[in-house]
Amino acid sequence: MNYLNLCKFLGAIFALFFVSLSAQASIDETINNAVAPIANAVSSVIFFSVPVGEAQLPLIVLWLIIAATVFTIYFGFIQFRVVGQALRLVRGVYSDPKDAGEVSHFQALATAVSGTVGLGNIAGVAVAVSIGGPGATFWMILAGLLGMASKFTECTLGVKYRNEYPDGSVSGGPMYYLSKGLALQNKAALGKFLAVFFAIACIFGSFGGGNMFQANQAFQQIVVVTGGASSFMADKGWLFGLILAVLTGAVIIGGIKSIARVTEKLVPFMAIWYLLSCLIIILLNYDKIAWAFNQIIDGAFTGAGATGGIIGALIQGFKRAAFSNEAGVGSASIAHSAVRTNEPATEGIVSTLEPFIDTVVICTMTALVIVITGSLTSGSGLTGVELTSHAFASAFSWFPYLLSVAVLLFAFSTMISWSYYGLKAWTYLVGEGKGKELIFKFVFLAFIVLGSSMSLGPVIDFSDAMIFAMSIANIIGLYMLMPVVKREVNQYLAKIKSGEIKRVR
Amino acid sequence: MPDIYIAAYDGSETSRRTVLFAAERAQLAQAQLHLVYILEWSPYSFLTQEELAERHQRRSQEISRATSSILEPMVQELTAAGHAVSSEVRYGNVAKTINEIVAEKGAKVVYVAKSNDTSFASRLLGSVPSMLIQIATVPVVVVP
Repeated sequence: MNYLNLCKFLGAIFALFFVSLSAQASIDETINNAVAPIANAVSSVIFFSVPVGEAQLPLIVLWLIIAATVFTIYFGFIQFRVVGQALRLVRGVYSDPKDAGEVSHFQALATAVSGTVGLGNIAGVAVAVSIGGPGATFWMILAGLLGMASKFTECTLGVKYRNEYPDGSVSGGPMYYLSKGLALQNKAALGKFLAVFFAIACIFGSFGGGNMFQANQAFQQIVVVTGGASSFMADKGWLFGLILAVLTGAVIIGGIKSIARVTEKLVPFMAIWYLLSCLIIILLNYDKIAWAFNQIIDGAFTGAGATGGIIGALIQGFKRAAFSNEAGVGSASIAHSAVRTNEPATEGIVSTLEPFIDTVVICTMTALVIVITGSLTSGSGLTGVELTSHAFASAFSWFPYLLSVAVLLFAFSTMISWSYYGLKAWTYLVGEGKGKELIFKFVFLAFIVLGSSMSLGPVIDFSDAMIFAMSIANIIGLYMLMPVVKREVNQYLAKIKSGEIKRVR
Repeated sequence: MPDIYIAAYDGSETSRRTVLFAAERAQLAQAQLHLVYILEWSPYSFLTQEELAERHQRRSQEISRATSSILEPMVQELTAAGHAVSSEVRYGNVAKTINEIVAEKGAKVVYVAKSNDTSFASRLLGSVPSMLIQIATVPVVVVP
């Protein structure tokens, strides 16, 4: 409980600090003005873009898509070949009953999914279709399907090169497979460099996409449902951030596991609820389903409604898919590597379901709802979660309230997951220890306040930039280690075929 | 080869009564008594990131605690009193797992304590003894 008090105390200091700033400009403005230039500078480096026609193609998006395509081809369209096997593994068909009580495939997948299903699925998709037009949806789905192969590669490696400590705890993820995997190929120095680069980017990614973006969009939605610009909350992002920071602090510093556990348990239900609401809205507009699909396909190949034509639609779709499902980024392999299995390939196979659930199902639903309700025209000028909320309101006026609950929970669970990813990267760099961990956690909380105070533009650019920076190191490593993955999966599938690995039920 | 009787034990007062009762019957029938302690567990529950990382460690701790502070004292007490006793800890759905052990051991009978849980949830979902009675392949003795 001491930590909780400490946390409250620091929260109060934060509050005083921010209030004293507000002499002339509003607090939110002050924070925005101070941080936006830095955020812009960082994102302009990472998002170095080349002009393609009228649109700008960020090289980093190309990097992710090329990687996903290379893995898809190299592993012979693995994501489509192992769907049945993935579902059987999740059901526990191959789980040894003696391992009961250990982390199951289902649990690793569920936790990883609740880390990735966040506001990228609700707000990010809205950004994609508002800039890239309906056609962005098509490219997003394609990117999601290709991304399954990237996820497969990184999660197999995550399990293969995880660290199992004498006390029984497990640490895995890109830091470990980059350094251990490449050391085995006599490239220890390169591996170490990539691991450190990844860890640094992961720390900042946890502050950005895993934190600021989530806090920012959750706050926007609260403003929208409490009365828009005239809302009491409208210029009090810092206050919202503070509340969220105290709650998050209670979990990650106070160790109040019950909050985390409740969130983890609610998220899957919220996801199902979100999908059901989307389906209801789509069914209410059933006469427009064909039209909506037409818009999507048409937009994808003619660039209708997109800023920057076909390329504009393609870039937006790819970018949002990558941001949402994090395939190639490496983050999820940290969660997946805790599973109990003797075959690293099994978790790779299971992890292919993650981009599928995240992007091909949930993101597509959001996009469909926005397109089918005609919100792109009726809500023109809106973007991010406001656009999604507008689309939801067109079905039932009270739907945005339910959406807010989903938004808050998704944001919260993603933030908790990312605080863990960031912490793992941090302890990889500076070593474990209570004091060192506390430093990271407090900085993480400060970024929550920053994120909800800033306007969307700089936040989304900064968060994208950091998450994509992780993929630079991660994917270089994945290319070098992919023969290892191929050996792993081939010997595993051979064992299944020969019956050496038997179903237990 | 003597018959095997199974008794569920979790350290509670009612389960202790159950085991003592079972031990008496087993001795009369010259059967071997097998104590089982099932830790409720579902592979489909949701865990947080930290729980994932700590799971393996926690499991070893839970098993050693269950063995050393729950099962072993009981086994020692019964052995000292001249009973033939063995024991094990497992994870899973309590009723289903007991039934699996029954099948593996070819046990003749199972002793479980009556559930004292009168909460609404147990009315709705059923208690361990009631579920065991439904699925068991051997006679079940429910000790009040």
